Amino acid sequence: MGPSFGAAYFFERTMRFRFGILLGVRSLPTTTLVLLGSLLGAALCAFSLAGAPQQQAGTTTQTPAAAPPTTAPHSGLNVVVLDPAHGGTDPGARGTEGISESDEVLQFAAATKKALEAQGFQVILTREGNNNPSFDDRSARANAQRGAVFISLHIASTGLAGTTRVYVQPDEPIPNTTSGLIPWDHAQAPFQSLSRKLGDLVQQELSKRFKGSPETLQTAPVRQLRTTAAPAIAVEISSVSVKDRAELDRMVPGVADGIARGVAAFRPSYVIPSIPVPGGSVQP
Amino acid sequence: MTPKWMVWVGGVLLAAVIAAALYFPALRRQVNKAKDLTEKTAEQARRELLPVAPVSTGDPKVKVKMFWGTRGEQGGLTPVSVELPLSRDPVLRAKQVLNTLLAGPVDPESRTLPPDAALLAFYILPDGTGIADFSDEVRSSTPSGIQSEQLAVESIARTLEANVPEVLRLKILIHGQEADTLAGHLDLTQAFRVSAKDATGTQLENPSPPGSSLPAPIQKAVDRVRQATQR
Repeated sequence: MGPSFGAAYFFERTMRFRFGILLGVRSLPTTTLVLLGSLLGAALCAFSLAGAPQQQAGTTTQTPAAAPPTTAPHSGLNVVVLDPAHGGTDPGARGTEGISESDEVLQFAAATKKALEAQGFQVILTREGNNNPSFDDRSARANAQRGAVFISLHIASTGLAGTTRVYVQPDEPIPNTTSGLIPWDHAQAPFQSLSRKLGDLVQQELSKRFKGSPETLQTAPVRQLRTTAAPAIAVEISSVSVKDRAELDRMVPGVADGIARGVAAFRPSYVIPSIPVPGGSVQP
Repeated sequence: MTPKWMVWVGGVLLAAVIAAALYFPALRRQVNKAKDLTEKTAEQARRELLPVAPVSTGDPKVKVKMFWGTRGEQGGLTPVSVELPLSRDPVLRAKQVLNTLLAGPVDPESRTLPPDAALLAFYILPDGTGIADFSDEVRSSTPSGIQSEQLAVESIARTLEANVPEVLRLKILIHGQEADTLAGHLDLTQAFRVSAKDATGTQLENPSPPGSSLPAPIQKAVDRVRQATQR
């Protein structure tokens, strides 16, 4: 793969939007510009007049120490990117009873989406039908968001039936780049500690619901996670080898609820990590 | 009244259509059979060109430690001691232990690699990276899943670690090519660290040069294997 950059992608999207506004204004006729400027000025005057009494009231009732900590890191976690693995020509794991991983994960993803939305998250699915986006396309859905986590859903062909395991990428050093941008192939590196935290919380919730599941998360070099510039985990459910499809269906509500509660518990600890840049400054 | 010649032409055409319809299934069977035969022959020829299962009856028998799957559904590996005539040459020794690993344990349920997979080539680079090139079956027949694919790679890494100390890292190729994943999940674009603690895979200390997903010495070896398989 070429030297593509996850952070560059995000930067490009953001700046294109900003430049788009600027260029749009420049291309308008002068009279329209004058009119828009007048309107903007009037709006600013009205806003400052309306805000003045409130500011005065604020100074009398609140001390600076009690004011909201505007510089403190806040949780910016709003979006969950759910990735039903495989699809299209790639059925994933296949069971003896005709169960295919690519079909089953859609059911798990739909239920998990509902449970997450009930917790107040915006949910994006990497696929909703029987198609197979590439690994990079799936990662790009998360990398284009600010304040997102990524959860890849899998069903194994092995393992104790009725159990779930959560995986994160093994630790790797954060690549040292002069630009401060993260190379696409190492996009997960700055997010590893956050991924572990998220994985621990989700695994704890799942092991409460599914006996025999490990208490702690596992590490594995899962291809999908490596290029994701967000806290990212893979949840693997066992298995397509169940004798009856109903066994898997019974797991759907528990998996959805466990993931949703785990992500909700993770929300307060989410901060966008800083990327070290040579010279001492950091880039969020 | 239809001319007589038209009746004859029509009759001949009808007969030709019927004959073609009757012959078509047999023709399709023959084509499929020929295709299978060609594929098998190519695979067989490649295996003969790259003899990767050296017989070393003269080597002394030593106890080696093989890592096969733990019986049951929990996953995990169990070391099993086996007596094998083992070469002193690290490349030959690696081939011998990996072929034994592929041949599988007595209990087929403890297999970590598919029985139809074959080791096509094995090299050790000067920096200690062992390059294992497997046949396509390692991808098509390994059970798809993070756990099962990780067990497969870990069994290779830990068996090499126990018996071939010269191998420090492991790079897996499939049919001479770098593959994205083993069977849809586990990342094969990186080299796995061969270590007693964990073989879950960590990035190489020397990062890949820009524009290439492989470090230069590994890329050279990949090219060598590719050339050998294309011959």
